[in-house]
Amino acid sequence: MTIPTTQVDIQELLESMAESIRQTLQDSEPLLIGIHTGGVWVAKELAAILGADFFDAPLGTLNIAYYRDDFTRIGMHPQVTPSDLPFAVDGRQLILVDDVLHSGRTIRAALNEIFDYGRPAGVTLAVLIERNGRELPIQADIVGQSITLSPEQHIKLTNNDGLQLEIKSKETPDD
Amino acid sequence: MTNNQLTEKGQLRHFLTIEGLNRPLLTEIMDRAEQFSSISGRQVKKVPLLRGKTIMNLFFENSTRTRTTFELAAKRLSADVMNLNITTSATSKGESLLDTLHNLQAMHTDMFVVRHAQSGAAEFIAQHVAPHVSVINAGDGCHAHPTQAMLDMFTIRRHKQHFPDLRVAIVGDILHSRVARSQIHALSTLGVGEIRVIAPKTLLPSNTQTLGVHVYHDMKTGLQDVDVIIMLRLQFERMQGALLPSENEYFHSFGLDQQKLNYAKPDAIVMHPGPINRGVEISSDVADGDQSVILEQVTHGIAIRMAVMSMVLGSRSEQQESVE
Repeated sequence: MTIPTTQVDIQELLESMAESIRQTLQDSEPLLIGIHTGGVWVAKELAAILGADFFDAPLGTLNIAYYRDDFTRIGMHPQVTPSDLPFAVDGRQLILVDDVLHSGRTIRAALNEIFDYGRPAGVTLAVLIERNGRELPIQADIVGQSITLSPEQHIKLTNNDGLQLEIKSKETPDD
Repeated sequence: MTNNQLTEKGQLRHFLTIEGLNRPLLTEIMDRAEQFSSISGRQVKKVPLLRGKTIMNLFFENSTRTRTTFELAAKRLSADVMNLNITTSATSKGESLLDTLHNLQAMHTDMFVVRHAQSGAAEFIAQHVAPHVSVINAGDGCHAHPTQAMLDMFTIRRHKQHFPDLRVAIVGDILHSRVARSQIHALSTLGVGEIRVIAPKTLLPSNTQTLGVHVYHDMKTGLQDVDVIIMLRLQFERMQGALLPSENEYFHSFGLDQQKLNYAKPDAIVMHPGPINRGVEISSDVADGDQSVILEQVTHGIAIRMAVMSMVLGSRSEQQESVE
């Protein structure tokens, strides 16, 4: 079952997230990092809204496939685009971007990977959608929209003809 | 060769030989190696993918490059790795191979990386390990050295891209070379246009005709218009009887120097699995020259071994499905 979520105006959410970033972080020379795949889409949109001068380095991308906690359960990911952080993270304020915050496990893995690159001054978590179902003590600082879903429901960002949110009911839960 | 190295779903359970593996699987190994390559360029050259796994390097035969790159590959994936030099260990006290194996398995090992002077040793071990244990062949006798062949394919792909357009020459001691056997299987599975072997008659196996290669006995015609030259080491330690007149004469006929290299295409790459015998199968100026990719091969060995180790251990997961 797919529920079209046309009632959510993604562009509006992105604008408000960008505004929060501008208000809270514009003096700290932040760097932007998106998590593959949906987080990179959201980060690119945020970078476009904030303008070319806001960040002094290109967008960083993280692929947390090698940092997952379910390798022994699930095995290798089919495709892994390597992480690419085109800047030094040491002493910098980072904005970590993902599409959906659910269990918190992806963010845990992303933080571990970031610290393999260096010691940032701080990490701010920005997510387009925050939903219920946290399994770890991880919360977002900047949120596009909070949504309450049943455990069987799954929300997903797609990017076929522009960004769209999809809510599906599924039998087996993952993150 | 049996295909007990694959799971029911066609994933790598062990990695014993290139034979019987299809092109998508060989391509997947290279794609994953490409993805792992970036890790070696990081400040912290390590990801936690195989954290908590125990890998034993069982080397019944000497090795520097292969053992070191297997060890580094395991460490960059955060596995715990033990190096066992069996020649100087329990087997010299009379313990049988299977007893040694069962003892090491009792230490909750997840993977054995095996090098042995006997052809078929890795497969024999794979047949006798517990179901949850994987075996990777790091060279068995004159039979196979599949990770070496894959790192060579990876090196070729990095320089030459499209395998069907290529003409590849393998030169030297084919008879004793497990590397050449694995390379020929990999090259033909990947659809390389033409595979040549160049060697004196005494250093060719009797079944060369069945391998689908073109045989040459002189460098001038054999190297004509080739894109890739793979030189092999003369394996004196495996030679029984007088297969060669002398090192000098061999170098004169089959050693790669700049003059012979000029028969190949101007952008041909020169490869060698190492260790090289300078002045025997290759001259120093060619080994260290612009067309040589010999040291790149060593670097690529780490990424290929990371790819194979993670694929083999990943195929043991409880469920096999892609996740978001």
